Amino acid sequence: MSVQIPPTERLRTDTIQINMGPHHPSTHGVFRMVLTLDGETVVDLEPRFGYLHRGIEKTAEERTYVQNVPFTDRLDYICGITNNWAYALALEKLAGIEVPERAEYIRVILGELTRVMNHMLAIGFLWNDLGATTFTPVVYAFRERERILDLIEMAAGSRMMPSYIRAGGVVADLPEEFMPRLQKLVPHLKRFIDEMDTMLTKNEIFRARAVGVGVLKAKDAINAGVSGPVLRASGVPYDIRKVDSYSIYDRFDFEVPVHTAGDVYARYLQRLAEARQSLRIIEQAMRDIPEGPVTSLPYKQLSRLKPPKGEAYGRIESPKGELGFYLVSDGSNKPYRFRIRSTSLLNLTLLREMCIGHKVADVVTILGSIDITLGDVDR
Amino acid sequence: MLTHEEILSRLRERFPEAVLDVPEGMIDFTIVIAPQAWHDVALFLRDELGYDFLTNVTAVDWPDRFEVVYHLYGVQAGHPLLTIKLPVTDKENPVVPSVVDVWRSADFQEREEYDLMGIRFEGHPNLKRIMMWEGYEGHPLRKDFQNRTYSYAELEPTRKATPDW
Repeated sequence: MSVQIPPTERLRTDTIQINMGPHHPSTHGVFRMVLTLDGETVVDLEPRFGYLHRGIEKTAEERTYVQNVPFTDRLDYICGITNNWAYALALEKLAGIEVPERAEYIRVILGELTRVMNHMLAIGFLWNDLGATTFTPVVYAFRERERILDLIEMAAGSRMMPSYIRAGGVVADLPEEFMPRLQKLVPHLKRFIDEMDTMLTKNEIFRARAVGVGVLKAKDAINAGVSGPVLRASGVPYDIRKVDSYSIYDRFDFEVPVHTAGDVYARYLQRLAEARQSLRIIEQAMRDIPEGPVTSLPYKQLSRLKPPKGEAYGRIESPKGELGFYLVSDGSNKPYRFRIRSTSLLNLTLLREMCIGHKVADVVTILGSIDITLGDVDR
Repeated sequence: MLTHEEILSRLRERFPEAVLDVPEGMIDFTIVIAPQAWHDVALFLRDELGYDFLTNVTAVDWPDRFEVVYHLYGVQAGHPLLTIKLPVTDKENPVVPSVVDVWRSADFQEREEYDLMGIRFEGHPNLKRIMMWEGYEGHPLRKDFQNRTYSYAELEPTRKATPDW
């Protein structure tokens, strides 16, 4: 004898609230998400920040312009060079400082190397989040990162906290052995990107986990201030290197790759394509780099820099997106207001909308594909 | 792309009262808008002038006023930087309208300015502290905030001065 269940009486489930983080390996730092789950499906998500808040904006108001350079290293600690660059750019705009030709080329070379390094790490960590428990992609990415960091160390003296790009140029000229090493490294990195491509792109499990997950529509992305590879993977060809053509980016021949799907897979493909374009820029910069001075503002002048009263907003295309600095000067040697327009914080705006309806395991993937650094989120 | 004069004339035509000032000698083109008109102006800027990308929201604490600063770009229309400023003269209780429903990117940034600068954004759906913890008093980015060293006893009341071992 079988029991008949009337179709109106569906199984009732209760939602459960769990904390993911602050100490969770998939959050790439100290970041908490309060998830409301129905079974394994995400019903609601609330991001909580502030665990790495160091008050850099306040601290910077009490220090001189050159003393603030090391703080910028510690924002997005994966790519210190581009953080220095954004700050230098805003300060140069504020104080009207010219940058010598050779310094611009050095900035472009190191900045694009940083982009390659960041995108390789982002892909590696994405695979780590997907549960590639042998760590293979991330270890490969770290191996190549060390090669790039060696070059940055050669130029700046420090691997991760370079403080190398300052207003008016760069700190010191490149050592003699830099260029030969770079010439060997570029073809090597090209092979490495192809290797990652062959190894990962057509992987069936990866596609099953990444295609159609965490879709971000172009209109929503623009409205939410999302920038960088995440925006371009949603089909918006907006690259500040092309739009503002700051520094000397108008001299180089490169494309802005765009993917239209806006899902985790598109963001992965986007980073691979962008890393290839970066190497293209480095090759051209290596070929064209002129001799000459590397700074227009020696340290003694820089340390006494007093920009005229005023304010300026300077932004660059950092590997993660738009990184901007808003500086207000009252004519003294310290900034009156020092505002950091954080890339990672803005890219997290739509995390909730991207995650709702997906499984818990996908939340980890989506967060990994946005590629945040908590030092940049909390400042 | 719109010229500065075009932006100004279209704004003045639509909102004769809203444009308070266009300061001279600024590095970036800046328009000072009356705070009470800001929400309508924001909708106009987004829908009719094509400023669809609000990149930065911040505030500056001047001795006589707060200044809430917005940096706008037009991604689809290719507009360059436009800076909008709202002067808030009431230093005791600064209030400006929220623009979260116009640009979602204002969400976390308005919360941050509320937390660190103490500016209330009226109409924000979830206006609470974002960087500092709940129950924290004061707004660190204000100029009258006293920077001081905290003792361990203050930060961690449960922590013992000397460990048991």
